[in-house]
Amino acid sequence: MSRLYPAQEEPSEKQPDGSMPDPKLAHVREQWKYSSPLIACSFDPGGKYVFASAEDNSVQRWDLESSAITPFAAHDSWVRDMTFLADGQTLVTVGSDDQMIWWPVAAENPKPLKTIQAHKGWIRTVSISPDGTLLATGGNDNLVKIWNTTDGTCLHELAGHDSNVYSTLFHPEGQFLVSGDLSGQVRQWEISSGKFVRAFDASALHTYNGGQQVHYGGVRSIALSPDLKYMACSGLHKATNPLGAVSEPLVLLFDWESQELLRSHVTSDVRGIGWSVYYLADGTLMGLSGGGGGGFLLFWKPDEDKDFFKFKLPNIARDLALHPNGLQVATTHFDRHLRISHMTPKPPEKEDKKSG
Amino acid sequence: MKCNYACQSSTHLVARRQLLGGMTALGLGGAFGSLSALAHPASAAQLAKDQKRVLVIYMSGGLSQLESWDPKPKTDTGGPFRAIPTSVPGLHISELLPQTATLMDKLAVIRSINTRNNDHGVGSYQMTRGRNREPSTDYPHLGAIAAKALEAPSLSLPGHIRIPGGGRGGDSAYLGPRYSSIGVDGKPPQNSARPEAVSERGDQRRNTFRKQVNERSKLKRRSAETDIYTYSYEQAQELMKQREVFDITKEPQNYHDRYGSSGFGQHCLMARRLMENGVTCVQVSHSNYDTHNENFNFHLEQLGEFDQSFSALIGDLSDRGMMESTLVVVMSEFGRTPRINQYYGRDHWGKSWSICLGGGKVHPGAVIGKTSDNGTEVTDREVDHGDLFHTYLSAVGLDSTATFNIDGRELPLANPTGSTIDELLT
Repeated sequence: MSRLYPAQEEPSEKQPDGSMPDPKLAHVREQWKYSSPLIACSFDPGGKYVFASAEDNSVQRWDLESSAITPFAAHDSWVRDMTFLADGQTLVTVGSDDQMIWWPVAAENPKPLKTIQAHKGWIRTVSISPDGTLLATGGNDNLVKIWNTTDGTCLHELAGHDSNVYSTLFHPEGQFLVSGDLSGQVRQWEISSGKFVRAFDASALHTYNGGQQVHYGGVRSIALSPDLKYMACSGLHKATNPLGAVSEPLVLLFDWESQELLRSHVTSDVRGIGWSVYYLADGTLMGLSGGGGGGFLLFWKPDEDKDFFKFKLPNIARDLALHPNGLQVATTHFDRHLRISHMTPKPPEKEDKKSG
Repeated sequence: MKCNYACQSSTHLVARRQLLGGMTALGLGGAFGSLSALAHPASAAQLAKDQKRVLVIYMSGGLSQLESWDPKPKTDTGGPFRAIPTSVPGLHISELLPQTATLMDKLAVIRSINTRNNDHGVGSYQMTRGRNREPSTDYPHLGAIAAKALEAPSLSLPGHIRIPGGGRGGDSAYLGPRYSSIGVDGKPPQNSARPEAVSERGDQRRNTFRKQVNERSKLKRRSAETDIYTYSYEQAQELMKQREVFDITKEPQNYHDRYGSSGFGQHCLMARRLMENGVTCVQVSHSNYDTHNENFNFHLEQLGEFDQSFSALIGDLSDRGMMESTLVVVMSEFGRTPRINQYYGRDHWGKSWSICLGGGKVHPGAVIGKTSDNGTEVTDREVDHGDLFHTYLSAVGLDSTATFNIDGRELPLANPTGSTIDELLT
């Protein structure tokens, strides 16, 4: 999953509207039910819409204000990830049909602007560069590709992963790209040359179960801390029964400069997969766990292994997106709901937007 | 398990060498039963020349029919994989099987299986025995039936081999331990090489002495147990003589490349080598498809491996002209739920699922049965494990309604309530 950085010159603990996110105030404020279980999600950079993909191959757009829903239908399979071009007006989706599709974000009847057969095998991840000129994708052909956002041409094919690529992330300073794979290898690439720079060992996120003869885990998500000191990689460990969904979420915290593994962020009494991680503006790491234990938002401080707070969601969750205001998150769920949770005080009046 | 030798059964007259060499359809009797199963018993000589074989590819845990032989893309149950055309016009299978798709004109699919069961153990029994498990009776494995009914006079190797595995399987029921499977682990059987410390001459002398003692002993204390014990020894000797049959390092490198370096690929290569050397039934297992969690990632991983090796195997059997004499069945204990669960998984499902088979008398390119648009029920030509079992036997030239005579009891090869899928066979 990609991480779209909110446009901000310097990290600040306060959000644009002056509010501070407080994980302990997390509550579900809106939820919308769709007709199919949901997969991936993202807010548009303007913060007006939230997009979610579904098991019916579509992407749905919800207007956060009016709750109006609009379908984006052109993919031939499930959409795994999405991001936005720098203008904020173009949505880019990637899927298990090997396609990358560009869409007009706000169109009334959205049709694809551009369709690119981008990989041979599922595309699992797409990210936008900080200056908005490049896209990175990764997929089941074990390749990372860098694309020009002006015309959609492929600039680099980065080979080196020996398993499926699960996640990508541009470094905010613009020089590097990182990508994580099933085996737990995180590779750092120089964007201008496409050259491999170094690898981080996140193999604790990978399991080979000899009894079941399956590989399981992977770097499901990558995030860099606002001060750029830490790189967090999420996934799972303790996978004693991969085929039976027995595992626990795990986030590995690396020192970006030294590559030292600083922390293994864990939680207790939660079974699942660490699907996604984001940093809040104050440096708190937020992760989404979904699995046998249900759905949880988990919160860690960089100097502690164990989470300091967990918020239980109403149903098993599959993806997480942070709103540009840094105060609310979207989560996709198996029970067909898209939920918006706020990390601010509950409003005094009862919300009436809930449905389903 | 004292046998009824006191009845003066003709088994007394069966030489040990005959046991090793196998018995023709007309030569069986007594404790080892007699076979009235061959559709054309008089053609035993022809069968010896053109021996029929059975190859079972067992997809352990329950292969998803939606990710293999009966995809339902763009439905609420379809999942992320698409369907691709095959070498049979109009037949589409999952995109996870691109190489197999090019060979579907040599294979067939049955898409309308309802075994009414969602339990691993029950399903395994159903699919390999063609029966439901009964408290009072055990039934022989397909491999044991094939090993007995298709046994060639010249065969001195075990008739039923499992890969991977070890030791003897207790899967021959009333056919007796002679037809139990032997498990091998991708290499020549353990301890099948003569220890370096024992000279060839010393080994011969030791065996000669053993035989002398056996002969003396059996004059007064012969039983089915001692015969099987003796048989095991002699079969072991044959294994030692022919251990190279199990040694896939003797295969050219290009075959290793073709089959793939995975364990499954190497096991498929061994299966071909064993069948080519006369083994009647080989079962190769591939693990693991019990994907309650992340069904799509795991099927991607497993079927990627399967597709290369299985397609190499089918291509190789075809190139060698062995498909006509070899029934190939890709089976599981059941399929997987059309409904996708909360973990992106699929659960156990015996209500509407599929297998792939080919070779023998199976009509190449055939598609039997149909399921509903989203795969939740059979809508045409429902069959069950009993019907499948009859069909397997018929596909290798056996009369599936025939019986084994075991100690005077007529025991049907297949469950009499089932019947052959006639339209599948040529």
